[in-house]
Amino acid sequence: MSFSLRHVISIKDFRREDIDEIFELAERLEPVASGMPCRLLGGKLLALLFYEPSTRTRLSFDAAVKRLGGTSINLGSVEASSVAKGETLADTIRVVSGYADAIVLRHPMEGAARMASEYSRVPVINAGDGVGHHPTQTLLDLYTIKREKRLHDISVALVGDLRYGRTVHSLAYALALYGARIYLVSPPQLRMPEHIKSDLLESNIVVEETSRLEDVLTSVDVLYMTRIQRERFAEPSEYVAVAGSYRLTSEMLSDVRDDLIIMHPLPRVGEIDSSVDRTPYARYFKQSFYGVPVRMALLVKLLEGRV
Amino acid sequence: MKNGLLIRSIEHGTVIDHITAGQALSVMRIIGIKSGTSAVVSVAMNVPSRAMGLKDIVKIEGRELDSREVDKISLISPDATINIIRDYAVVSKYTVELPSEIRGIVRCRNPNCITNSDEPVASDFTVTKNPVTLRCRYCDHIIVSDIAEQLI
Repeated sequence: MSFSLRHVISIKDFRREDIDEIFELAERLEPVASGMPCRLLGGKLLALLFYEPSTRTRLSFDAAVKRLGGTSINLGSVEASSVAKGETLADTIRVVSGYADAIVLRHPMEGAARMASEYSRVPVINAGDGVGHHPTQTLLDLYTIKREKRLHDISVALVGDLRYGRTVHSLAYALALYGARIYLVSPPQLRMPEHIKSDLLESNIVVEETSRLEDVLTSVDVLYMTRIQRERFAEPSEYVAVAGSYRLTSEMLSDVRDDLIIMHPLPRVGEIDSSVDRTPYARYFKQSFYGVPVRMALLVKLLEGRV
Repeated sequence: MKNGLLIRSIEHGTVIDHITAGQALSVMRIIGIKSGTSAVVSVAMNVPSRAMGLKDIVKIEGRELDSREVDKISLISPDATINIIRDYAVVSKYTVELPSEIRGIVRCRNPNCITNSDEPVASDFTVTKNPVTLRCRYCDHIIVSDIAEQLI
């Protein structure tokens, strides 16, 4: 079966075959991501519509299309665009889909990308909609696990803010497709929402929950750290206490598996001490590099065969 | 009132029977019966029922329901039956059917959902049974309780 998606809105729209197909292409495109000349998307124009700040997602899409010989246009600052005059997102999408071959959208409201896909004549890629989905981050996370480890028979600890963190929600769904064992490590007030846990259990995978990082540190293959945000806590002292207990240092890694990999979607704010960067386990910078070949592969899959 | 009817028969109109006990007022709201109405309406609440334990009944004279109203009733009372009455006789009787998808009749409870913005997009939910559960097609937010409050 060939790639089945016209738009990329949620990781839940993907079949496992779609993901495998993207990853196979991404691996072949890695040399291009590192600078090997390529014209696979020559003449193609990608519109980057970012209604919210983003550094690495925007830059890596921009890098991906340009490394493949295409080019990009962008909204610039929202204040200086027609958005400031009150234009609806639906109208902006209708207009921009007449200019570009695909649209990358980040928007502060949940469901914005799905609505945009209903108004667009070209593929829409969701680059984050509020606290909703961010499927390309999930794809690059999964790709990192595949490239640096493996995707079958794997145990993964998701650590930090599992309640509000959209990255971990989508990653958990994707890991379920591959039958992973998932450990949910968070303070009680930032636990994974019940509806996601019940969806995961329905896919017949092992899901365990704990609030202590030490409980899982020596038994997992992948440690996926996320940021705990200060604004989630009413009391600053409570934040300091909680954030401190989820701070990874190199001393804590003495008994971990030899081939453990440590990931983080970045930016980090103290969750991983810089001493961990020098250990053989750190993969978070490699992970951010993988965003380019994965997004390249996705763009090629969405745009190939389209005139 | 021994062995008698609690509320009288209607000549032309609709009897909504087997309403989940306590939901009659929400059904009235759905079919647009407000205070000051001139319609002839009978309401019975918490009536003993062999099948349901307790049930509510609404009878309305001179009025039949459209499909949108029936869909709304199914969300808050999935076992309700609709009886169409003409000349005091039941000419049609059916149980409401829970649709698998509902558009534009329930407001998403997530204030940050795109369907609650000024964008030209109607709310859209997938519906599953036991209990009735609505999942927003745009933001994935789930509604399981107090659906009546979210009806548009």
